[in-house]
Amino acid sequence: MTIDVERLREDFPILKREVHGKPLVYLDNAASAQKPRAVLDALDHCYRTEYANVHRGVHTLSERATARYEQARRSVQRFINAASQQEVIFVRGTTEAINLVARSLGDTGLSEWDEILITGMEHHSNIVPWQMLCERTGAALRHAPINDRGELIMEDFYQLLGPRTRLVALTHVSNALGTVNPVRELVAAAHAQGALVLIDGAQAVPHFRVDMQALGCDFYAFSGHKLYGPTGIGVLYGRLEQLQRLRPMQGGGDMISQVTLERSEYAELPHRLEAGTPHIAGVIGLGAAVEYLETLDAAALQDHEQALLEDATTRLQVIPGLRIIGTAQHKCSVISFVVEGMHAHDIGTILDSGGVAVRAGHHCSMPVMQRFGIPATTRAAFAFYNTHAEVEQLVQAIGQAQQLLSGKQQAVS
Amino acid sequence: MSALSQLYQDVVIDHNRSPRNFGRMQEPDRTAEGYNPLCGDQLILYLRFDPEGYVSEVMFDGSGCAISVASASLMTEYVKGKSVAEVEHLFKCFHGMVTNAVDEPPATVGKLAVLAGVREFPSRVKCATLGWHTLRAALYGDTGHVSTEDKGGE
Ligand SMILES: Cc1ncc(COP(=O)(O)O)c(C=O)c1O
Repeated sequence: MTIDVERLREDFPILKREVHGKPLVYLDNAASAQKPRAVLDALDHCYRTEYANVHRGVHTLSERATARYEQARRSVQRFINAASQQEVIFVRGTTEAINLVARSLGDTGLSEWDEILITGMEHHSNIVPWQMLCERTGAALRHAPINDRGELIMEDFYQLLGPRTRLVALTHVSNALGTVNPVRELVAAAHAQGALVLIDGAQAVPHFRVDMQALGCDFYAFSGHKLYGPTGIGVLYGRLEQLQRLRPMQGGGDMISQVTLERSEYAELPHRLEAGTPHIAGVIGLGAAVEYLETLDAAALQDHEQALLEDATTRLQVIPGLRIIGTAQHKCSVISFVVEGMHAHDIGTILDSGGVAVRAGHHCSMPVMQRFGIPATTRAAFAFYNTHAEVEQLVQAIGQAQQLLSGKQQAVS
Repeated sequence: MSALSQLYQDVVIDHNRSPRNFGRMQEPDRTAEGYNPLCGDQLILYLRFDPEGYVSEVMFDGSGCAISVASASLMTEYVKGKSVAEVEHLFKCFHGMVTNAVDEPPATVGKLAVLAGVREFPSRVKCATLGWHTLRAALYGDTGHVSTEDKGGE
């Protein structure tokens, strides 16, 4: 099955704009994705016509807003095939989700005997909270290394995984390398050792459908803004029995059932972990994003993205001096690369002047940069609304950057 | 000229490809390290004073984007023979120029005016000033690390 990309692009108003007088070629999707009209309309509708606080009013607007809010939770539940709505906790994003788990785990008592296992391809948000946890508790942080292709070295992972491992925290898809990890296998192995598993799904959910019940992980975190939804909203999925063990990171309104001046009883899940007035519009917008995605053929979108990845890989790797960082066998449509004699920052600026938006830097994955001995990469991350013509524009723009920085050509205006 | 060709002028390209005063200095009077964590640019600056306290030699080493390398390279040429006060004044003029605080590059910046195009690229100001911040750290004997992120932006 094929998709009509031009028609899909109509759903994303921003894709029509120009940058520096050139049509926008938006290839920074791994940092944040653009929003379809369905999401923009849902946000607008929320604030214009059905806005009030949730879970507290008896008036019409509050009931409407609450219904929309909880409908969004059901949509997310369906989208990730969680067993129950109670397993979907709304948080600020992936970062907050991971911090919530790390903080709560510390409260339940870790000792110097315990270990947390991560991998060498994690985003800082799946490293720093664990370092902080280990600092607080004395537990040890271990990391499984990656090979030259940017794949997890399975033997090393299994070696590091043991009876001391309390939790394995790993990314489903690497934001810096595009690598897709064999999470199902890793979850099974971790569970066999009695360890919990948290998966950072920030870069996975935008590219393919995930199934919590099939995956069997204990926690799964992702951000709305990378999934074509609003900023400031994300999801912590947790298996019910694991979420029940988590101590709330924040206390306040909405998360209690009974409060006296001396003590409080906490509310049931999911509210127990959602203290305070939530990001109501954000949740409704995220609901609209996953409902929009459900109208599309996920397999066809994935095929299209894979075709873009293949096309871009083929075209980029023949550019003299260009080296792709991250050549795993299983990849999402994310390509990091370095070009001899050119710094990523300069490439980013020059590409931008041609309307091509890419990310230049360490992508919040400094350990990955260290592993490959480079300060930074340029990263092109394709979404389903990108086209083969845009791959061509990327290739052309890199050629121009090379000319310009080699001093062989004046910048074209 | 387009903003891009204003930024990557021939002089800038040339200084990036063959930076002046580049490498490690033996027995410097002062050194300082500068770092831009956003892009991984890293440079070490070496400094020697003459007996009167004027800057007699400056060298730098490290890696970075074309703008930070060219800017550091141009800077090392320009500050040689100047007093600490003169360097400080020059830094202020240069900083004003790249942050768009002044309309025209002041005459004091001389050849450094080739970097005036940076003002059209706010995200690149830190690149252009990394060498300067590091130089000042060395001048004032502040031999720790300078990070572009410690300053709350430019
Ligand atoms: C793999 C991965 N994990 C975590 C994050 C953090 O997401 P957020 O900044 O939305 O919390 C990102 C996004 O930058 C990411 O790519």
